[in-house]
Amino acid sequence: MSAVPAARPAEDAAAEGGEDRSDGSAGRLAGYNLGYLDENTKRMIRRTLLKAVAIPGHQVPFGSREMPLPYGWGTGGIQVTAAVIGPEDRLKVIDQGADDTTNAVSIRRFFARVAGVATTERTREASIIQTRHRIPETPLREGQIIVYQVPMPEPLFRLEPRVAETRRMHALADYGLMHVKLYEDIARHGQVAISYNYPVMVNGRYLMAPSPIPSFDNPKMDRMPALQLFGAGREKRIYAVPPYTAVKSLDFEDHPFQPVRAPAACALCGSQESYLDEVVTDDRGGRIFVCSDTDYCHTRQAAQPREAAE
Amino acid sequence: MNAPLTPGFAEPVLDAQRCFRAVLEAMARPGRVQALPALPEAPAPLAPAAAAVLLTLADADTPVWLDAGEAAAAWLRFHAGCPIAASAAEATFALAGGVPPALRDLSQGTEEEPHRSATLLVQVAALAEGGGWRLTGPGIEREHRLLAAGLPAGFEAEWAANHARFPRGVDVILCAGDRLAALPRTTRLEAG
Repeated sequence: MSAVPAARPAEDAAAEGGEDRSDGSAGRLAGYNLGYLDENTKRMIRRTLLKAVAIPGHQVPFGSREMPLPYGWGTGGIQVTAAVIGPEDRLKVIDQGADDTTNAVSIRRFFARVAGVATTERTREASIIQTRHRIPETPLREGQIIVYQVPMPEPLFRLEPRVAETRRMHALADYGLMHVKLYEDIARHGQVAISYNYPVMVNGRYLMAPSPIPSFDNPKMDRMPALQLFGAGREKRIYAVPPYTAVKSLDFEDHPFQPVRAPAACALCGSQESYLDEVVTDDRGGRIFVCSDTDYCHTRQAAQPREAAE
Repeated sequence: MNAPLTPGFAEPVLDAQRCFRAVLEAMARPGRVQALPALPEAPAPLAPAAAAVLLTLADADTPVWLDAGEAAAAWLRFHAGCPIAASAAEATFALAGGVPPALRDLSQGTEEEPHRSATLLVQVAALAEGGGWRLTGPGIEREHRLLAAGLPAGFEAEWAANHARFPRGVDVILCAGDRLAALPRTTRLEAG
């Protein structure tokens, strides 16, 4: 146990057990480059990221590498994080808002081992937040970077499967097809029938898939002070939204964009504002709604301990 | 004639990471001046910040054009392993110590692949926030002010044309000593 530096997170120390596989300096595994990727790959991803930031919302292809987790588990996000992260960073990883799910725990542990970074579950304390399908409830600030895991970067792919054709449509800013889809939704259902991955226009030019975040989170992307990076590993695309950039959810003047939220309060912290998950509690139809963002919910519960202790 | 090669980054992995974060921050917040924490010992006409950016980003896949002379080219070829382009038009990264090449002569990318455009590094005499140009656009909350001393007189007009070519266009990184600031093609620039 004495080989484990005192500052290391408990989960990492526990995961490593008695084996001394770290190089000792920063709790990093020996034999891996900082952040797992080799320097050539990092340079390629870094060049891609800079062009992505310079052209907000435009999907830049990159040479996606095989990572030690399967496609669909965040290989794009993990490569972006690996190219950006350094020993001064503090990493938070969430999966559907939760810090304690398998995907979030293993990615956090991965970077604690291969990059020697400190990790946290607090949104406020993190310098890099890798996320699968949520934006934290706590507003992000300047200096933070949020990395989205993206399964399908092309917002038009359900309408136009040919990549060559969608690329042409982006070049011409020809997004009529998406407007027709929204119109048909309204004609058929009375409202736009998209509750997650709701398409957005970035800086008034590029149509962008915000990754499958609930449409509830879309307004948080607009003029966000933090830098937003998106990585799609299987589809080999990286895109970005710089800070303070207009991100507008597509809508019509007479059918304005309406984010969806369950009409309830969180059963644990009582929040009326946060995005809620529905949890089935028994097999007789019992169900409760709880915050999807675990850090937000825990912070609120800690701030009101007396009522909860009855 | 053959001066010995000076070293590149002292800690190639960590220094490149820190330098990249500074460049990323500069590109994400146009007009904010970033000081680079780690610098290589670059040969004379090369500004340390410009040399650090090239060591961070250039490699065998990126032809680099530079007007800083044979010693700088040899230094870069050795440390970054990048091919040296014969003309600025062929370069992924172009570095200008003297009069920069016209923005329209550099690689612009295409409408479908605007990310294939060049990045131009310009060494300027000084960079300061708070005066000079008025910058607006993505990455800027209201406006940033940036003073870049030593650019040719027609740069503002050239930049306006570059901005108007969006999504095509060149991105510029201004370097002075160990500091840099970036102008991505989305930035609007007004003389202050």
